[in-house]
This record gives sequence, structure tokens and C-alpha cells, in this order.
Amino acid sequence: MPFEWFVALRYLREGRSQTVLIVSAVAIGVGVLVFLTALMNGLQENLLAKTLGSQAHIVVHPPDAQVRALHLDESNEVSFTRSEKPSQHAQSIGQYAQLLAAITAQPGVLAATPIVSGSAFVTRGAIQKSVTLRGIDLASFDRVVAISDKLHAGRFAITGTEILIGRELGQDLGVGVGDRVRVVSAENRSESFTVAGIFDLGSKDVNQRWVLTPLRAAQTLLDLAGAVSSLEVKVTPVFQAEEIAQRIARRTALVADSWMHTNPQLLLALQSQASSTNVMQFFVTITVALGIASVLIVSVVQKSREIGILRAVGTQANRVLRVFLIEGALVGFAGSIVGSGLGVGLAKLFVSLQRNADGSSMFPIAITWQILIAPIALATGVGIAAAVVPARRAARLDPAEAIRNG
Amino acid sequence: MAEPVLEVRHVVREFGEGDARTRVLHGISLTVRSGELSALVGPSGSGKSTLLNIMGLLDRPSSGAVLIGGRDTTQLDDRALTELRGRTLGFVFQFHHLMPAFSALENVLMPAYADRGRVDSKLDARGLQLLASVGLTERAHHSARDLSGGEAQRVALARALANEPALVLADEPTGNLDTHSAEAVFGLLRRFCKERGTTFLLVTHDSRLAARCDRIVTLVDGRVVSDARRGAADTAPGTFSET
Repeated sequence: MPFEWFVALRYLREGRSQTVLIVSAVAIGVGVLVFLTALMNGLQENLLAKTLGSQAHIVVHPPDAQVRALHLDESNEVSFTRSEKPSQHAQSIGQYAQLLAAITAQPGVLAATPIVSGSAFVTRGAIQKSVTLRGIDLASFDRVVAISDKLHAGRFAITGTEILIGRELGQDLGVGVGDRVRVVSAENRSESFTVAGIFDLGSKDVNQRWVLTPLRAAQTLLDLAGAVSSLEVKVTPVFQAEEIAQRIARRTALVADSWMHTNPQLLLALQSQASSTNVMQFFVTITVALGIASVLIVSVVQKSREIGILRAVGTQANRVLRVFLIEGALVGFAGSIVGSGLGVGLAKLFVSLQRNADGSSMFPIAITWQILIAPIALATGVGIAAAVVPARRAARLDPAEAIRNG
Repeated sequence: MAEPVLEVRHVVREFGEGDARTRVLHGISLTVRSGELSALVGPSGSGKSTLLNIMGLLDRPSSGAVLIGGRDTTQLDDRALTELRGRTLGFVFQFHHLMPAFSALENVLMPAYADRGRVDSKLDARGLQLLASVGLTERAHHSARDLSGGEAQRVALARALANEPALVLADEPTGNLDTHSAEAVFGLLRRFCKERGTTFLLVTHDSRLAARCDRIVTLVDGRVVSDARRGAADTAPGTFSET
């Protein structure tokens, strides 16, 4: 066994009560950190899942129409202008297959799907509902907005004249799987569809508004043959969506809006939550560092004479330094291992105690290896850093003075 | 004449600065030869411990030189001094200064562990042999805190011999022991000196103990006033003083 480890371990064992106290202090700090991080991450994931569950992380669409001068006088100056939105044709994306391939090749992009989107009415007998008609390629759409596992009834398939509708829309229209409805687009084209499945995306608004049809059917209804309205993209990690969106925009010369751009309030809330976690982490880290440093400083003072003896019998100063750095690291490591277990236990206890009426958990928690490994690495690093001052002090002790005065 | 193990040449040691500067050692020159059992005596404040620290490379002289095995240590850095100290010098202190967290055997082998940078069970046999030589084999695995004063000092003596040093410096090695234990420890010093040829320099206030050494160096006010060998004439000026 290396000499430094031998001495450090023995010192920790000798000062058992001191060691137990400081390891407990580190464990409590790390435990609180793990518990709160798990809770915060759980809340954040839940919030993100609920918000982004029914929307893509990035929507790529054509740029907005520019204001065009409709009439120039003889001096070639604008005499009046009028802003006129071009037709839907001009605001659609043609040749989208190549663009999809280019977008999918971008780092961080998990999936991309073409969308044909426009306003429409769905009618069933005397009932008429205003909806958003979304023509999709089912397979790639499912990779962007995981809808297959949110199917409430029916089957996850749309071919020809089949559609998927939301739960609330089904209730409003009074239709179920296998019933037929008529879809009339704003272009005044209509088509009759059979309800193949009913989905529940967890948002009443989306469930009321979305009607998913095959891509080709929507293209026909919205008069967008061969083109699509937008391309929707799923990325990882979700917080890099804006960066990836900017890259896509540069590459495709289209507009790419990330969820961060379109949901600034949500982003602000998430950032505030992350900031509060960081502040908490900072103070817990400082507390742990001060605790370890103070115990080691006391230890150095108590062991001054022994350090003097070690130096007298030929122990190099850097070995003495390492003894105390190892002590700091071991205290941080042991405390964080215990603390991680404590944090996980606390989180599970909290979740089991706080339940909704239906028995589901009131507070979601997210325990990942990262939130366990990060505090362990942090506490061990902090242990070493906190030990630097006492270790240097020990290494610099004058052996003669230390032996004489202790 | 035996080989010099350690020499101090014109060693001056001053403490403090400016008006508060105090000179504790005034140009001491001394040679310790192999196989000697020497006593360094003198009244309190005469500079014995300061000289011992300088000879033990635990302190540096303000001027002058310390030579170990003919090698001048003046220019050596802390690392080289520590290595030289660990390999060529052993220490016994008035209070045993064993490390209570370790067993008697581990304390004995601490200089060997420190020198090698690792704890090696292959060294155990040597440690046990040293403990046997001080009559403490059966106490090898006892914690240092469980040893009596006399036992602890014998373990400290075994520790001083762990790296087979050329010279053992002992500061009042019997000063804290009862007569019986003091006699036992001094008997060991004598025996090691005679049987192993180990060189000892001990600082003592005990004149009877000093009188049983091969050589008595007397220090007064930071100067060597007497350097007497048993059966030889006093070689230094001044009055021989048994303190």
C-alpha cells in the first residue's frame, strides 16, 4: 500500500468520531443536493414533457413574405405600398426530401418530419368544428412527436382516407373509431375520412384542434401538391434546440424556430429553476468544503508533533501533503457515497408520501446516474480542494519546531 | 582513528533579526566518529538541542557547514536533506513520540516505509528483529498507546535503527524514564554501539550517564568548553563541567 494511503487511512480511523462527524456532514449536504436535484429535474422533465410532448423542438418554415411595392410611378419611386401575403403555394417548401436529409444529418438532430398544415372544418351531421389540419408522414412524425404511445383508442395507422383525431374533438363531434367525418379546407376542398384512431396528447387544446391525415390527403385539401408547410425536428439535448435551429437556418435558408424561441416564458421558468438549483449547489458545496477544511486544519494542529516526527524520520514534505489531500478526498468520497444513498432514499420516501388522489405521484423525480455521479465527483474534488490549505500547512511545518512545541 | 560520520565546522546559529538577534551557537566545530557513544552535556540554554537539530539536519546553521560521511550538506535542498536524514540518521527523543495510531511494529518500520514510499510486509521480519533486539517481540502488534514509558522508548530506539543509520541522535533518551527503564535503554545504546558499531550522540543532563559514554562534549553558552574521551586528555580549552 502506498505510504500516504496507509497514514491517511490510519489517521481517519484513529480520529473515528471526527471522521464520522465530517462524513455525516458531507453526506447530509450531498443527500440534500441529490434529493433537490432529483426533484427539480423531475419537475423540469415533467414540465418539458407536458409542453413539448405535442410539439416539435424545432419548426422549419419558409420566411415570412416581404412587403412588395405594387405600383411604381414614372420617377420610379414608390407611390404607395401594400403588404400582401402571398398565397400558400409561395409559402410552402418544395423539394423537401433533400432538406429533410440535410436537417437529419445535423448533429443533435434525432428525427425530422414533413408537415402540411392549414385551417379546416370537420363536420359530422349538423356539428362543425374548426380544426388544424395536419398532413403527416406517420412513421417520421411519430419519431418527432411520440404519438403512438398516446393513442387512446383505435389503431395507429392512417392510409388513404383515414385520420387520427384528438379525444376532445371526438367527444365534441360525437364520433368514435370507425365513424366517418367530412373535412372541409379553407381552400373549400372537402374529403370524407374514417376515424382510425383517437389520441390524447395531454393538452385539451391540441386534442380539440388537431386532425392528422396522410400527407398526400392534406396536400390535396390544402392545394399544396408536392410541397409541405413546414419541417418539424426533434433534437437532443432539448436545451440545444436554439443552437441547432440557427445552424439549420443557416444551412437551409429557411426560418427555424426552436421551442426556446416560441416559448420564452417556459424557458425563463426553466432557467430560473436551473439557477436556483445552481445557487443551492454552490452553497452546499461551500458548506461541505468549509466543513472538510476545518476538520483537517484541526487535525493538522493536533498532529503537528507526529508530522514533525514523520519529517524527521525521512518523510518528504510532498508525501505529508498527499496524506492530507487523500484524507480530504476520502472524506468527500465517503460522504458523497452515503449522501447519494440518502438523497435517493429521501426522494423515494417523499414521492411515496406525496400522492395524488388517483395514487399517482404528486412530484415526479428523476434519478439518473448523472445526478449521483456528479455530486460524488464534486464532493471528492471539493474534499481535495478543501484539504489543500491544511495539507500545505502540514507539509511546511518545521520538523524541529513541531517536535519541540507540538 | 575511526572514520568521521558527521562533522560540524564553525557552525553559528542565530535567531531573530536586527536588535533582537541572538547568537545561540558560536562557531562550533565537532567531529563524531564511527562507533562512538558520545554525550553532549551542558546547562540549560547552552545550545545543546539547537546543535543537535543542526547535526540532525532538522535545522540549518546561520553559517558554517555540516558534513555527513564527508558530504557537505550546506547546499542541499529540503528534499535531498530529508532523504539524507532518513537514510543516515536516526532520532530518539526525550518523549518517545511514537505515533499512537500505529502498532509498535509499524512505528519501528515508519522510517523504512517513508524511505520506500510504500508499506511492504517484506519489511516485517526486519521490524520484528529490531523489536526482538530491544526485548519487545511480544508487543509488536500492540498499539503504541498501550506501551509503558520504558517500552515506548525502546520501540523509539528500534525505530531510530530501522534504516541502519550511520548515526543516532538521542535527545535526553532517558530523561523521562524511571531509573530501571533508563538503565535498560542506556544498556541497549551501549550494546548496539558495541555489537553493531552504531554511532550514538546523546544529549543528557544525567552526569552519571554521561560519564559512562566514550566521549563527553561540554557546551556552555554556545561554545564547546570541553571535549573529553574516556581515558584520554581533555582536548578542548575550558573547564570540564559535569552538569
